[in-house]
Amino acid sequence: MAKKKFVVGCFNDEEVLFPAVKKVRTAGYKIHDVYTPFAVHGLDHALGLRETSLHTAGFIYGVTGTTTALSCISWIFTKDWPLNIGGKPHFALPAWIPITFELTVLFAAVGMVLTFCYISQLAPFVKKHHFHARATDDLFVMVIECTDTTNAEDLKAFLASAGAVETDIQIAEEGWWFGRYDKDEMRFENKQIVAA
Amino acid sequence: MASIRLQFEIPGKLKTWSLGLIGVGLVALVFGMITKGFSTDEHEQVHFWGTLMYNTIFWTLVTNASMFFICVTTLAMGGWQQSFRRIPEAISTLVPIFGSITFAVLLYVVLSDKHHIYHWLDTAAVAKDPMLNGKSGFLNARFFIIWTTLTIGFWSFLGWRMRQLSNEADVAPMDHETGLKFIFRNTVRAALFTVWFALTVGSTVPWLWMMSIDAHWYSTMYSWYTFASTFVAGLSLIALWMVFLKNKGYMELTNQEHLQDIGKFMFAFSIFWTYLWFSQYMLIWYANIPEETVYFKHRVQGPYKGIFFLNLIINFLCPLLILMKRSAKRNYTLVTFMAVLIIFGHWIDFYQMVMGSLMKESVELGWLDFGILSLFVGMMIFFVARALASKPLIPKYHPFLKESVIHTV
Repeated sequence: MAKKKFVVGCFNDEEVLFPAVKKVRTAGYKIHDVYTPFAVHGLDHALGLRETSLHTAGFIYGVTGTTTALSCISWIFTKDWPLNIGGKPHFALPAWIPITFELTVLFAAVGMVLTFCYISQLAPFVKKHHFHARATDDLFVMVIECTDTTNAEDLKAFLASAGAVETDIQIAEEGWWFGRYDKDEMRFENKQIVAA
Repeated sequence: MASIRLQFEIPGKLKTWSLGLIGVGLVALVFGMITKGFSTDEHEQVHFWGTLMYNTIFWTLVTNASMFFICVTTLAMGGWQQSFRRIPEAISTLVPIFGSITFAVLLYVVLSDKHHIYHWLDTAAVAKDPMLNGKSGFLNARFFIIWTTLTIGFWSFLGWRMRQLSNEADVAPMDHETGLKFIFRNTVRAALFTVWFALTVGSTVPWLWMMSIDAHWYSTMYSWYTFASTFVAGLSLIALWMVFLKNKGYMELTNQEHLQDIGKFMFAFSIFWTYLWFSQYMLIWYANIPEETVYFKHRVQGPYKGIFFLNLIINFLCPLLILMKRSAKRNYTLVTFMAVLIIFGHWIDFYQMVMGSLMKESVELGWLDFGILSLFVGMMIFFVARALASKPLIPKYHPFLKESVIHTV
């Protein structure tokens, strides 16, 4: 976990945000992320994000569920503890299908939720830095990562010229951490860490 | 809209192909009629009329599923289907044509008293049979004919009303008020069709036309199963025409986004079909009551075993594994392949549903079946192409058209 320097630009309209994203990307800056109050259609395309692999993971979890169910039930009912149920054969596949289906869905659903939480860095008692509190309300917050050669002040001016209503520079933890927010970072006091 | 081609011109090749298929079909029909249909051998007779029955019923229900597709998407206030809605509309113009053929075949079977097909037509046997006696209020020739007439009549009429309304979207731009009224009238007509559809395909008609072949046996799942089967085949047919028109350079406003949604429907309803297939099978397997298992005995353990499980592979495993990926549903070639496979699979499904009950001893899938299939495919291509050419391909003043143009998944 390392602290990094970010330049933050806040936009109050989608229609300003999209051209701004394009400008920032063509200028060669690396966009860390864009935080929006709601899901914005097409923003992932504009940001050049690749297609998610979450559904591939879901498929693998599902197949794991199917395999678990079928191998468990067949072992239990044919080897471990064979029972005579209504004179049916011990290997009674139709009777197992509902449970197999349920376990497939359960594994896929739970697995996908947990994977999603992990890749979005969400978990109970875990904190992430908020670049701007109003990102959850009415502001589209674009965060750009600074490299050694980035001139932050220039970038701020550039963002403002692209239509940002508010810009600032923050040094912040980029990943998640376990524990509490720093005093300076209490969200509702709306304080920002400003560093040169 | 200047660059958009609204008028479909039927390619010469398509016409030749459809007429060729119809020709092959007619030869098979006439030859079958002479050697089997009017032979004195009951087995041959049952073979011929059974083949006609499952083909006519299958194609009527598949084309009718197109109108159902329009109506449910209308009721759901869907906008995305507007750019290609003329395809299902064109397919649904076949309902009166295929419906009358079905009606003629069924009428002949009932009036000529073919009790080897419908056992309940045999009044002497029904009188001695408490089970059939109890069902005789539903299973009798008069009710059968009246209900069949009403069913096909209302499908055609309500579908026609829906298509008539759609013509208004070609005339002139609508202002807000007219647009609202137009949508409301669409909703009312779609609701009427859907209610009638539920009362027929969703419940009574598959019982009457197909399930009553096994006069003693019953399954409440049967109609839903038939509906799922024909709906997924109908969606595949829409996808096929969509890809065909795109290939010929029409349908400029329809793209991969729409194809993916149709693909999703094909995927979802294949799974829905499997759910019903399995539910019907498992309940009967579990209870193991002879009067219920009679339906599955020769299908699972007899000569129909191969077709019965092939059916499951084509209609469940293939769509599940192939259509699951997003990229597959956006690939024109793959969707075409799957659509053909699904239509064939559900045709085979209808084959085993009808012929599996009529000819329990052996599977005689052969020239007659494929000949009649070619007759119907030929007619379908011929009439759908004609219907597509009779109207603009895009309802350009439909209030929801823009929603369809900007549709993204």
